[in-house]
Amino acid sequence: MFANFLNALPGAVSQGLIWGIMAIGVYITYRILDLSDLTVDGSICTGGVTFVVLFSSGMNIWLAMLIAMVAGALTGLVTGLLHTLCGIPAILAGILTQLGLWSVNLAIMGMKANVSINVIDKEMLNKLLVSLRFVQDVAKGDRPFWQHPIFVVGVFTLVIIAALYWFFGREVGCGLRATGSNPNMARAQGINTDVNKVIGLMLANALVALSGALLAQYQSYADINMGRGAIVIGLAAVIIGEVVFSKIFRNFALKLLAVSIGAIIYYVVIQAVLSFTSINSNYLKLISAVVVAIFLAVPYWKGKYTHVKVTKGGSSHA
Amino acid sequence: MLEIKNIFKTFNAGTVNEKQALRGVSLSIADGEFVTVIGGNGAGKSTLMNAVAGTYPVDEGSIVIGDVDVTHLPEHKRAKYIGRVFQDPMMGTAATMQIEENLALAKRRGKRRTLRIGISKAEREEYRELLKILDLGLEDRLTAKVGLLSGGQRQALTLLMASLVRPKLLLLDEHTAALDPKTAAKVLEATQKIVERDNLTTLMITHNMKDAITYGNRLIMMYEGRIVIDVSGEEKKNLTVPQLLELFSKVSGSDEADDKLLLS
Ligand SMILES: Nc1ncnc2c1ncn2[C@@H]1O[C@H](COP(=O)(O)OP(=O)(O)OP(=O)(O)O)[C@@H](O)[C@H]1O
Ligand SMILES: [Mg+2]
Repeated sequence: MFANFLNALPGAVSQGLIWGIMAIGVYITYRILDLSDLTVDGSICTGGVTFVVLFSSGMNIWLAMLIAMVAGALTGLVTGLLHTLCGIPAILAGILTQLGLWSVNLAIMGMKANVSINVIDKEMLNKLLVSLRFVQDVAKGDRPFWQHPIFVVGVFTLVIIAALYWFFGREVGCGLRATGSNPNMARAQGINTDVNKVIGLMLANALVALSGALLAQYQSYADINMGRGAIVIGLAAVIIGEVVFSKIFRNFALKLLAVSIGAIIYYVVIQAVLSFTSINSNYLKLISAVVVAIFLAVPYWKGKYTHVKVTKGGSSHA
Repeated sequence: MLEIKNIFKTFNAGTVNEKQALRGVSLSIADGEFVTVIGGNGAGKSTLMNAVAGTYPVDEGSIVIGDVDVTHLPEHKRAKYIGRVFQDPMMGTAATMQIEENLALAKRRGKRRTLRIGISKAEREEYRELLKILDLGLEDRLTAKVGLLSGGQRQALTLLMASLVRPKLLLLDEHTAALDPKTAAKVLEATQKIVERDNLTTLMITHNMKDAITYGNRLIMMYEGRIVIDVSGEEKKNLTVPQLLELFSKVSGSDEADDKLLLS
């Protein structure tokens, strides 16, 4: 049993890292912009299917990933416009986009429920940046260590964190943070909070779609259900990261790193549950939901029963 | 500097909650004037200020700041001309950001935000000096999160932010009302200092009649969505609280002034 778990560990960590990129997107909306964005369940799938369709048709892998990200940004744009231009509450706007994306994602796949990358074709396989197969190949010594998904996605994650750290330290990025922290104050300082929310949603969903593209490569297919419950995994990663690291990680870049590690912890724990118990894996979603609900409730209970309340500006805090 | 012409504002029009908050307010404020605004609860003082700041559009009338007609400009575009301190100490600052980050945001009010650095080293030194004016010890806490500050400290910081880029118009909505008397006095003192230093055109709402008389060079009183008293110059300087109350009963046709106006 334990050997089983150890064997599965590299895969779990790889998956965690990939989902961690999505979780960083969730962090941008949920923590920085103070918006609950449910677009992600749809946009991670959009990223995955867009990538597979383009890549399978022979497109350069980097270009295919870039276009997948653009597609993700567009889904964020739709949610953002529904929210700011049409006055629809953010949660509902995200749900609407997500629902619509179900059809769009199917259409991208040519009205099929899934599309796959032909990894039997060695040439095709070797073009991939990450793949489940590489985990075994590296273990067997057939591939160099730097082709291991943990290494590749780890580099992706670090680059993304560095870019976000840079961006949120710029004038525009500070404006985004102010928008989430206190929209009244932001507007009084001449910040267009509507535009900022849209930018934030686009940025977040671009990252989510990138995560989808990497996930599709990793598992060598994309299907219409690949995003189901993604938001919960994203929130779980954000919250686990905060619970574990909030005392030691103060710096913004480290906070983002904590989110990524949070996603890894999530997948390792899930793997442990699968390895050490005989639970039907169909119950995983229920377990995830319960765990996230508890983690979301704990800060609330703490505040309620210990009467330490941190004052936060503005009026619209979900 | 500020030219308000016959503005009307009705909330929840056509419902049982309909409330005519502004009923034809006209007001012309000259460059450098410091106007104090008094009036009972619900008189429309905040609504007037929010209408000028663009929090919501007015139903009728026009608002011109300097030579710019801002009547149809959104709030964030008007911010270029306006510095504001809100009644609620939580409103004017971003709690989850540092003191220096808040100041840096204010430093860029009315300018295009680009990919340049959000706060430079030189700025930090500038802010440290400026915070000393407040005399609250904030100059040593530049990187503290604003959420950790007291209401008075936040209000003082907001005041500093409002004046960091010289505003054409400074709007203060009972900005000391939520503070304890000692802190309130300190913030008022800082207000006076900053307004005089930069010769700012200012509109200050207060519930304290004594403050309304002491500060500024013009006083207006609102009642049921209208400006009912407007005194300035020598007349205002020599005004006393009883006189003001009497004046109010005369215009409003009632002597409910004592109950309606919170006195000091
Ligand atoms: N956003 C709003 N929606 C509905 N009604 C409003 C709104 N803002 C103000 N009002 C109403 O308009 C009237 C004027 O309110 P306003 O806030 O301008 O009064 P005020 O003079 O600032 O009073 P106070 O001294 O209590 O702050 C009040 O009756 C108030 O209930
Ligand atoms: Mg008011």
